[in-house]
This record gives sequence, C-alpha cells and structure tokens, in this order.
Amino acid sequence: MYFPGFASVNRYVSRETLHMHRYDVLVVGGGHAGVEAAAAAARMGARTALMTLRRSCIGAMSCNPAIGGLGKGHLVREIDALDGIMGRAADAAAIQFRTLNRSKGPAVQGPRIQADRDLYKKAVAQLLASTPNLSIVEDECENICAQNGKLTGLVGQSGRQVLSSAIVLATGTFLNGVVCVGGKKIAGGRIGENAVTKLAQQFTALGFETGRLKTGTPPRLSGASIKFDALEAQWGDDSPQFLSFLSDRPQARQVPCYLTRTNPTTHRIIENNLDKAAVYSGAILGAGPRYCPSIEDKVVRFRERGSHQVFLEPEGLGLETIYPNGLSTSLPAGLQESFLRSISGLENAQILQCGYAIEYDFINPTQLRPTLMTHKLEGLFLAGQINGTTGYEEAAAQGVVAGINAALYASGRSGRIFDRADCYLGVVIDDLVTKGVSEPYRVFTSRAEYRLRLRADNADERLTELGSDLGVVSGHREKIYRAKVDAITSAREMLCSNAVSANELLSAGIKVIDSTGSKRSAFEWAARSAVGFSELAQLWPAIGGIEKAVLERLDADAKYSVYLARQDSDVKRHKMDESLLIPHDLDFHSIGGLSNEMKEKFSRQRPATLGQAGRMEGVTPAALMLLAVRAKRDIAGNLTAEPRIKRRFT
Amino acid sequence: MAPEAYDTIYSIATGMGRAAVAIVRVSGPSCQTILKKICPTVFFLDRRATFARIGELSGELIDLGIVIFFYGPRSFTGEDVIEFHVTGSRAVLTALLKTLSLFPATRPADAGEFARRSFANGKRDLAEIEGLASVVEADTIVQLRHAQRSASGELSRECEGIREKLVGCMALLESLLDFSDIEDPEARSVIDVMTAISEMRERIRALLLGSSHSERLRDGLVIVIAGPPNAGKSSLINYLTKREVSIVSSNPGTTRDLIEVLVDIAGFPIVLVDTAGIRESSDPVEAEGIVRARKRSDSADLTLWLTSCMDVDSVDQTQKCTVLKIKTKCDLAPDVHFSDEYIKVSTITGVGISTLVERIAGIAHSRLGGAANSLITTQRQRAAILEANDALARFMGDPAAPIEVMAEELRFAARCMSRVVGRIDVEEVLTGVFSRLCVGK
Repeated sequence: MYFPGFASVNRYVSRETLHMHRYDVLVVGGGHAGVEAAAAAARMGARTALMTLRRSCIGAMSCNPAIGGLGKGHLVREIDALDGIMGRAADAAAIQFRTLNRSKGPAVQGPRIQADRDLYKKAVAQLLASTPNLSIVEDECENICAQNGKLTGLVGQSGRQVLSSAIVLATGTFLNGVVCVGGKKIAGGRIGENAVTKLAQQFTALGFETGRLKTGTPPRLSGASIKFDALEAQWGDDSPQFLSFLSDRPQARQVPCYLTRTNPTTHRIIENNLDKAAVYSGAILGAGPRYCPSIEDKVVRFRERGSHQVFLEPEGLGLETIYPNGLSTSLPAGLQESFLRSISGLENAQILQCGYAIEYDFINPTQLRPTLMTHKLEGLFLAGQINGTTGYEEAAAQGVVAGINAALYASGRSGRIFDRADCYLGVVIDDLVTKGVSEPYRVFTSRAEYRLRLRADNADERLTELGSDLGVVSGHREKIYRAKVDAITSAREMLCSNAVSANELLSAGIKVIDSTGSKRSAFEWAARSAVGFSELAQLWPAIGGIEKAVLERLDADAKYSVYLARQDSDVKRHKMDESLLIPHDLDFHSIGGLSNEMKEKFSRQRPATLGQAGRMEGVTPAALMLLAVRAKRDIAGNLTAEPRIKRRFT
Repeated sequence: MAPEAYDTIYSIATGMGRAAVAIVRVSGPSCQTILKKICPTVFFLDRRATFARIGELSGELIDLGIVIFFYGPRSFTGEDVIEFHVTGSRAVLTALLKTLSLFPATRPADAGEFARRSFANGKRDLAEIEGLASVVEADTIVQLRHAQRSASGELSRECEGIREKLVGCMALLESLLDFSDIEDPEARSVIDVMTAISEMRERIRALLLGSSHSERLRDGLVIVIAGPPNAGKSSLINYLTKREVSIVSSNPGTTRDLIEVLVDIAGFPIVLVDTAGIRESSDPVEAEGIVRARKRSDSADLTLWLTSCMDVDSVDQTQKCTVLKIKTKCDLAPDVHFSDEYIKVSTITGVGISTLVERIAGIAHSRLGGAANSLITTQRQRAAILEANDALARFMGDPAAPIEVMAEELRFAARCMSRVVGRIDVEEVLTGVFSRLCVGK
C-alpha cells in the first residue's frame, strides 16, 4: 500500500508510532458531527476511532450554549430517536428548558434547552466512554490516502498511520479557518485553536470544489459585572419538554436567563463604526447567514426598529460567564465594550472574550451522495459545518447519518438514504446535496414540504424502528420504545372505536356543530372539531387512564389528520420517484437526446434517485423522462444479468 | 416516454389535400444530417428561408422549394427543426415522406407529438399548449380570440403572478413560525397576509368568471329545433345553413334521426339540432328518433319550438330549458296575429329570420360572452383553479386556525396554481392534452 508522505515523516518518529492502526471507521473531528458519527458507527459494531486535535475540546460549544429550538429541536429528537448523543447530553447539562412556539401547533414547536458548557462536555465524554468499540486518538489528520479511487486510510501529523476504508471528515470551521475581530486576522478554527491547512490543501489537490463561508459569535461577558436586578428574569417551562426520549426529569439545577434590549444609543455607536466591523470592511469574504445576523446587520437592515431584544444566557450554573444572545459582532474590542455598555444592565459589563467572526473553507455539498459519501472518493464521508451548514444540530444530524453509512460501507452493505418525507435529517441532507449552499445552511420547519407529519414529538415513531433495523439503536432504547408504541397503539385503537353522534355529545355538554348526524369515534371528533380528548373523557371514560404523553401524541395526530390525508397522494408520488434508483456509475453522457447542459449537470452531481434528479435546479421534464427510461432499463438489465459478488454502494 | 422518443419525427403540417403549398416539418437530432443529404451543396443560415433543390437520396429531384432550418433550442420544439415548403401535390409529399423515412431513427410523428416535445423541452407550458390546441380547433372568431389569449401565455402569467404572491404570503407566515426566536414577531404580518389573500381571491374570482362556460365556447351552444311533424323545422335549418342537410318533404316523419350542424352566428359557435317530428309513432326506428330528440332537448341550451301558423299550438311541457316559440310558414297566413311571445318567420319570404338570428345571437352572447372573456379554456385548468379557490376560502374562513395549518392551505393553493401550467402532475395530464392535437402539430 502506498502512503504518500510516509517516506518524509519516516525520519522523525520513533518505532512505537510506526505501529499501523486499523479501524473499520475513522472519524476526524471531535465536534458535534464527529461525536455523533463516531458513536453511531461504534453502536453498529464497527471498530471506530475518533481523531481530534485536542481531546479536551470534544463536545465544545463554539457559540450559543443552547441546544434545540425551531427546526433544530426536531433534528435533536431525530438524532435521539436513532440513539444519538446530543439529546441525552443536552438534557443532562440543561440549566433551563424552554420550548419555543409553545403556543403554536405541535408541528412547529421547538424544544430547546440552555446548557452549562462544562456539564455538556462532561456528559458527551461520559456517553462516548460508555460506547463500546470506540477509541479516541489525539492527532491531526495530515494526509488522506487512497488507491484506485478508494480510500485506504490516513496519516496523522505525528506520523501515525491509520488504515481504514471508511473515513468521516467532520472538521467544522477548521479548514483554513481565519478568525477576524475588527481589523485583526489570525488563522484559527476557533478562538485559541489552530486551523487545519494541510488537509484543506489536499481537498483542492483532489479536485474538490470548495467555497468560503463566515459565521460570527457574540462577546462573552462576566456575570459579576452585570446588574441583573434591573432586568426581567425569564424562567424555563414549568413542565419541561426534554430533548431525549429517554429523559424524564431535569438533572442539573435550573436558572433563569435575563432580558434586555439595545437602544438608539447602541445603534448609533454601531452605525458610526460600521467600517471597522470585519463584515463591512470587506476583510471577510465569505457569505454569512441571513438569519443569524450580527448586530451590525440587524441595525442596518431593520433601521426602523429602535431596539432589538437581547437574551443574557448563563453559560453555566455558576453564572460567571454570560452569553448575550442577539449580539453577534466583529467590531474591534474597544467598540464592543462601548456599545455593550450603552445597554441597560450592562453599564459596567466586562468582556471576558470578544465577539469575533470566523471565515472557513467548506466543500460544495453537491459533490456528495445522499449518504454523505463523496462522489470522487469511495469511503470518504463528509459531515457537519464542512458541508456548509451552521448550527450544532445540523452538524450532529449529518454526523449520525454519515456514521451509519460509514459503518454500512465498511461492512460491505449498501448505504441508507434518509427520505425528506420521513425526517428533517433527510430534508437537511437532500437540500445540501441536491441544491448546494450559497450561505450557511440552517434548518427551518418551512424547509419541509411535509412539515405536518414531521413533528418533534413523533420522531421516535418515525425513526427508532428504522434505527433498530440498521443496528444503530441499543437494546435498552428499543425496549422503552416498544413499550411506548404499544401504549400508543392500544390507546389509538380505543379512541377509534365506539362511535357516537353529535347529539350524544351535546347532551353530555360538549359543544360541537355537525349537521351530518353521523357517528364518529373520539379520534374523529377531536380531528374535526376544536374538542380535546380531555373533554371527550365524559363519553369515553377510558381516556382518563391514558398516560399524558401518549394522549398528547394522539391529540397532535388528530389535529393534523385531515391535512395529512390530503398530503397522502403527494407523499406516495414522492416515494415512487425516490424508489427509482439511478446507478452511481451511470454514464450520463451516453443517454441519447439529453442536452449537453443536462449531461454536464447530471455527471457532476450524480443524483441517486429520480426524485432527487427532479429537485435539481433547471432540469427539464424531457431530461427527467429520459433519465427515468434509462435508469429503469439499466436496473432491469442488472436483474437479468449473472449475479456477481460486488460491493454496490448507493 | 419510450426510448423512441428521441427519434427524429416528421409530418405534413398542412393537411393531406391537394394545395399550392404544403409544409412538411421535421424535428429531432437527425435534422442536420437529413438536410445535408436531401439538399446537398446548399448553404443554410439559421432561420433563413432558402430556396433549395430537394432531392431523394439517389439525387433524383423531388421538388424545388423553400427550406427553413431552425437551430435548437430556438425552434417550435426546442430541437433542430426543418420546414420544407413544397408543392402541395400528393406525389411530391409522398416522395418527400418516403425519403425522410429512409434515414435511420426517423419516423412519422404521432398526434400532437411536436407539441409534446415543445412542452418537454420547456418551450411552452401546459396552459399554452391547451390554448394552442384551442386555436387549432377554433371555428369562429370568438373562439379564436379566446384561445389566442391562452396560447399567448396570458393565463400562465396570471397564474404565475398569483402563485408568487401566495409564496410571498407563505414567507410572511413562516416568519412567525420559524423566526420567533430571533426577533419579536409582528402581529402585523398576519393582517398583511389576510389582506393579500383577499386580493388573491378577487383575482381568482375574476379568472373563474364565465369560465364554467369555456367548454361550451369550445363545443358550441346547443340549439334544438323541435316541434310537431311538418312544422318546417328542416326548412328552417336549411335556410339558416344554406345547405341541404335534411330531406324536406311533405311526408311527416321523414327525418328519422338527429341531424346536427355547426354554424357561426355573430362569431359564436352554435350547434343546431334537427329533431324528428314529435308524435306518437308505431314505427320503432322513428320512435327511437323521437326519444333521442326529447333527450337532446333536455340538455340543450336553447330550444326553438316551431309550430306552423296554420296549426293549433301544442307545447310539449317537458321542456326544461329556455324556449323560443316560433310560428313558421307565416307567408301562408299573413293576417293572423299571434301574441308577442311568438316570433313569426317564413322560409319562403325570409320574413322574421333576421329577428330570430338576432335573438339567438343575444342569447349566445349572454351565455358565452363571459366565457370568451375568461382566460380559462379547459375543464382541467378550471378544476385546478377551483381547488386553489377552495383552499383560500378555508384559509380565510378560520382565522383562529393554527398558523402551520394556514400555511399548509397556502402551500396547497400555490401548488394548484402550478398545476395549471403543468409544472406538476404532468404525466397524467399529457395524454389528455396532446390527444386533442392533430398530427403535424
């Protein structure tokens, strides 16, 4: 096996490190994506190693000490449904539970927690330690090695050689990362941590298309220097919604966060100094997120607003460090202090860490298959911010999928595509690999066409059984899940039996309007009218015996059932298109009748299903039809051909 | 679409009869090769009419004519296209088609195949194609104007405009759902959305106005000529159409069956239906004709009830639709007065006919005029727009509904508008749409 670079490091390493390590799956990067990928692969029985620059930084939260939220909460629940790390670690470290959009329907609620950073790191470390088949290696990945278009392993900076046919790269913001605050630029992946350049160069050398993105983070303030008494306290929810299906109570002490607002003085300071902010001074080139705007962006874009909300969130139980949510900035330190001190409650605020912006390389995700494996190099998977996303949850979601698929690949099985009609994991990945990114990608519920069926509360119903079949869900979780599903099924049966008419309801004092006179079950009544199950308990006394969580689940099902029925034909058609697989090695140039433009597009992006091809930008109906005919023909051809031992990977 | 879909297709665009000029159209990847072989040594510029010698593969002359080559995608179908303008003689056309058939991977086009390719290559959307079909079918000027508006993309533009506005409203709602953690959401958004949706409903209502009659405009207003035997029904129809379509004789019961003829009255398409003399008959064939006459009367838009000036009135009370009562053969009884509800006519002197025609035109206008103004030309389009209308009605009808549910209604309405131009649900629609078009289009 040929290892480029091995000869040169030969000289300075001792005999011990010359030892070759072999793993089934190797994960590079100990961030949120890397952690999930490593844990998932290990749970599936693959011998897994997690390689990170610094062991102590595993599970670090680079920005907001919070997990979950709108859309993001959905992702965390789905990761948890597949027995992932994030949900459990978040609940263990949570010092405030607050569900966003609580007053709105269950399909758009966003469970969210604020965490103690240290507790979170500890929880992640503990969960990883208790995962069998997993080792942690401290090193920097310097060179990826490949032969004949297939991955063989990598060489670390220490000279260590690691053999593996499946590698997940989850390097986050570290590729050619440049930290920028005010006019100063320093190479770095996070403040105080080195950037990764060798690997970045190798990507370019391998012919991967890269781009540049930026993201920003607010300053961190000293809790002791803030006048909390003058500010409004906001406590978490009385009945907290947990991020993990396995949690039943908060583990850490709960604390409030505090609200304050910016004011015209704050805005004036910022506006007068826009030229000094990295964003406006042109020093930072990458595109930034539209929806995580810096305070500079907000002040300029929403000029008519005299003030913006600021949430002062504690980073830990000790309240030593405060994270001012809403004040992402890249102004120089002195100016940060000025505008902060103009805000009520922060008159004497002391900055522990300046707000800064970071610019980094990302790999154009259209170069990936829906399994997150790269088109160019078999066995190489990319997950996380490296693919152009922003947010811990988006990264972790990709991590789980990449870890699962890396393990499947390593064991010679075909990969698993997560459908966007079934989960937000699928929505995120499909958006990335089919449409690419022009700015950091963040999940929103509106990105899902089938939002009403993808609720945060039913993630386990959607994914846990699937996870069990894949082998990524532990026996313990499976047992708990089975029990819950049985309870839901029997409760649903009961609610769908025993039909009564509107008159009977009226005589029980339940107000319903129904002129058809037809008899309906409790479920149908809840679906068609504003009546809740608790009211219907008068006529269906067994409702009283149903567990609250189960009842809430069924209530949500009932509420949306009419709309879900309408979407059924859409979903069916979508699934039909998704089930028509396009062989990865199909020679698109040989499809007669395709325009050159289409040939180029398809060859570059290599859609895996007809559905994905249809979602690509600028694809004509004619091109789709041709592709469909050809794909069907090829599949039929393969079925009749001699069976051969072949590692087929989708 | 079968793999043969990437053949080069050809067809006579102008119909098979003898004529001075006929156009043969070819579309597909082999066009350039064909041109080089059929018109060798001629230099063609894109879209330039060129006088050329058109020959068989052997070199024998087929005809001298104008040839135009269109480089794809700037052509009707979006592929390379050749138009041969040749003498419209059967011999020339047969020779040309035979020569074309000798090239590999070429074949005669199916009905509507050129239009199908134009759609598949993104040159036209479904609403435009349907308009095109309607233009081809247009018999009267009103039908033509109506169809042209659709063929020119006016309906598509209006639907696209509505769809975009709907998407804009969806965005406002989504800001309440997905961004409530970044900025305090504004209640103003919901009000803005409500206002915008009201506007959309108005626009959709305008689109739908009169559209229920759009199929009628295509098929024609049905007027049944009914009355007792020998009342002069056939004479009236003959006079109106200036054609002999039914046998006029004094023997009652000579028209045994329904006879329909399409006429153009004031630009509106009218179908005149001649019915058998309605009477008790022991003849089974005649009796069947009478049953049919009654059925047609029931579904007609207008019935002309004819009775002779000489006979006693006997109105058939089972008529359901509008009736114009007519007294025929008034030349035989010039002095007899009838009440104003009757129109007096004579097919011998021509008295009263123009009044009758005016009355019919007026009725046609009131029934079909609205449809002529509507942009909608087919039932399919109308159904999609009605569904969108229903979704928006549900949206407005329940302001207390959860926002994500309201957003779903908007999403559904936006999809319905997309369906009008065929951006989705394509395959199931294509067969119906393209089958209306004839070969060569």
